[in-house]
Amino acid sequence: MDETRVLTRNIREGREPVWRAEYEAAGGWEAFKKALAEFKPTEVGELVKEAGLRGRGGAGFPTGVKWSFMPRFEERPEERPAHVYLVINADEMEPGTFKDRLLMEGDPHQLIEAMAISSYAIGADIAYVFLRGEYVECQRRLQKAIDEATEAGYLGNDILGSGYNLKIYLHMSAGRYICGEESALLSALEGRRAVPRHKPPFPAASGLFGQPTTVNNVETICNVPHIVSNGADWYKQLGAHKDGGTKLFGASGHVNRPGLAEMPLGTRMGDLLEHFGGIREGRRLKALLPGGGSTPLLTADHLDTPMDYEGVGAAGSRLGTGTMVVMDETTPIVGVLKNLEHFYAQESCGWCTPCRDGLPWVERILTNLEAGKGNPGDIELLELHTKLLGPGKTFCAHAPGAMGPLESGLKYFRDELAALIPDDSDTLSLTEPANTASNSQV
Amino acid sequence: MIELSQTEIEAIRHEMSLYEDPGAATIEALKIVQERRGWVSDEALEAAAVVVGVTPTQMEAVATFYNLIFRQPVGRHVIMICDSISCYLTGYEEILAYLKKTLGIEFGQTTPDDRFTLLPICCLGDCDNGPSMRVGEDYHGRLTPERVDAILAEYK
Repeated sequence: MDETRVLTRNIREGREPVWRAEYEAAGGWEAFKKALAEFKPTEVGELVKEAGLRGRGGAGFPTGVKWSFMPRFEERPEERPAHVYLVINADEMEPGTFKDRLLMEGDPHQLIEAMAISSYAIGADIAYVFLRGEYVECQRRLQKAIDEATEAGYLGNDILGSGYNLKIYLHMSAGRYICGEESALLSALEGRRAVPRHKPPFPAASGLFGQPTTVNNVETICNVPHIVSNGADWYKQLGAHKDGGTKLFGASGHVNRPGLAEMPLGTRMGDLLEHFGGIREGRRLKALLPGGGSTPLLTADHLDTPMDYEGVGAAGSRLGTGTMVVMDETTPIVGVLKNLEHFYAQESCGWCTPCRDGLPWVERILTNLEAGKGNPGDIELLELHTKLLGPGKTFCAHAPGAMGPLESGLKYFRDELAALIPDDSDTLSLTEPANTASNSQV
Repeated sequence: MIELSQTEIEAIRHEMSLYEDPGAATIEALKIVQERRGWVSDEALEAAAVVVGVTPTQMEAVATFYNLIFRQPVGRHVIMICDSISCYLTGYEEILAYLKKTLGIEFGQTTPDDRFTLLPICCLGDCDNGPSMRVGEDYHGRLTPERVDAILAEYK
């Protein structure tokens, strides 16, 4: 299948970035000029809503709707708070996800222009990129793009004579997956522990430093200049199924050609797998995580699934980040689940009890099962945890996300897991606690 | 209490100027101090807290939460091997065992010559190149024991 390159159109093999002159020569920064000249801020939001753009960071919330929650001060400037913020979630740490790094390294101006348009749309005067600490190459390139854009008059005060002011800053994070949860991210950006906040109030009402704030994912926002340039109808027809637009899909694990490809949303799962070279060594597919570690597993029975929000949802999982983690028929499912639950146990912020205590418990059961030390009732105990840590039982979506792969693993591979319990095991044994110490032991 | 260098203080003050609340620069301050010293000692943490205008306790709460802040001395090069799902599927366990054997250390330890510290890291975003690790700021993917030997030799 051919790629449909919209977000990646400037991105080269080897990711040698496109700087300002080249970006402009390819039509770059024109969408921002168009937005300033032809659209009121709220009209940009309406356009994005009409295009049907949905969040690419995992949750899939409609972007234009999210923006519409922001309070407006155009008619009452005297009530405008000190600042209104746009925050870009570039804390890419979802297991198996490596797409935003490509966009930031390969075409840094695209993100900065997208941030400028989106900030204009929501009335923000300061925008931050919350960047994971390991992405130092992204940091260098984004900072250079910000400097170039400032020099060209695209950022700063009274931008291109429009009266609009915007500054963009980078925040380099210092680790921890929970920072990707939008309210935890705001806590981190305020220089505190990345503990999620109660909602409501939602960030649009009280976000960064208590001011109106929108948090959007990198890939999501990179769609905005293209929607502004080409219109909502053009955008909608890019999709192959229900949802509009393209998606950066990826495959890692047991495929022959792991990597990324921009394809229409709704591309058939089987076609995507084929694009990435199929399963290694001529083996068969056992299972895959369609969009990162917290999306429920799918199997070879789901190859006809259209990979968009609707399609993957109907198959019992979530599109998530769209980067598939692929497992061939030789993969023990217990090892996969243990690896994932170890990750979630370690990355729990520790704020609420079900997550802090439940996830290590789950990991311990899986560790025992893998070691052949399982006990009768372990499967039922795991099943119970998918309820105890499910949606509505915890402060944020971390633990429910962790239960996605576990619940689906129990659904599709229950017999394989149950067969790990030794026949002679009829008493509960006290076992070694799993190592769930945080990385920050040093 | 130790004094931070003028360069460190200026770098921290610059970061403080980027936030509505200057106290938000705790993480940047810790990173600035760590960049120069390799890790964050109690004394350096206190000195950074004074510059940012938060209490040492607030600074410590942040320092112990984030895994890229080191509160103990580390070697000249910190190896972070990705232990997440894509690397697990492509041979992380073999590479980890090889690293531990070659370096003679476990997670959280430093080689006696202070050259390497070995730590696990969650998904590095290098999933199509698994198994993957980071040495200092450099990414290295598609690891095999032979490639690990060649990579380690680059770091003195």
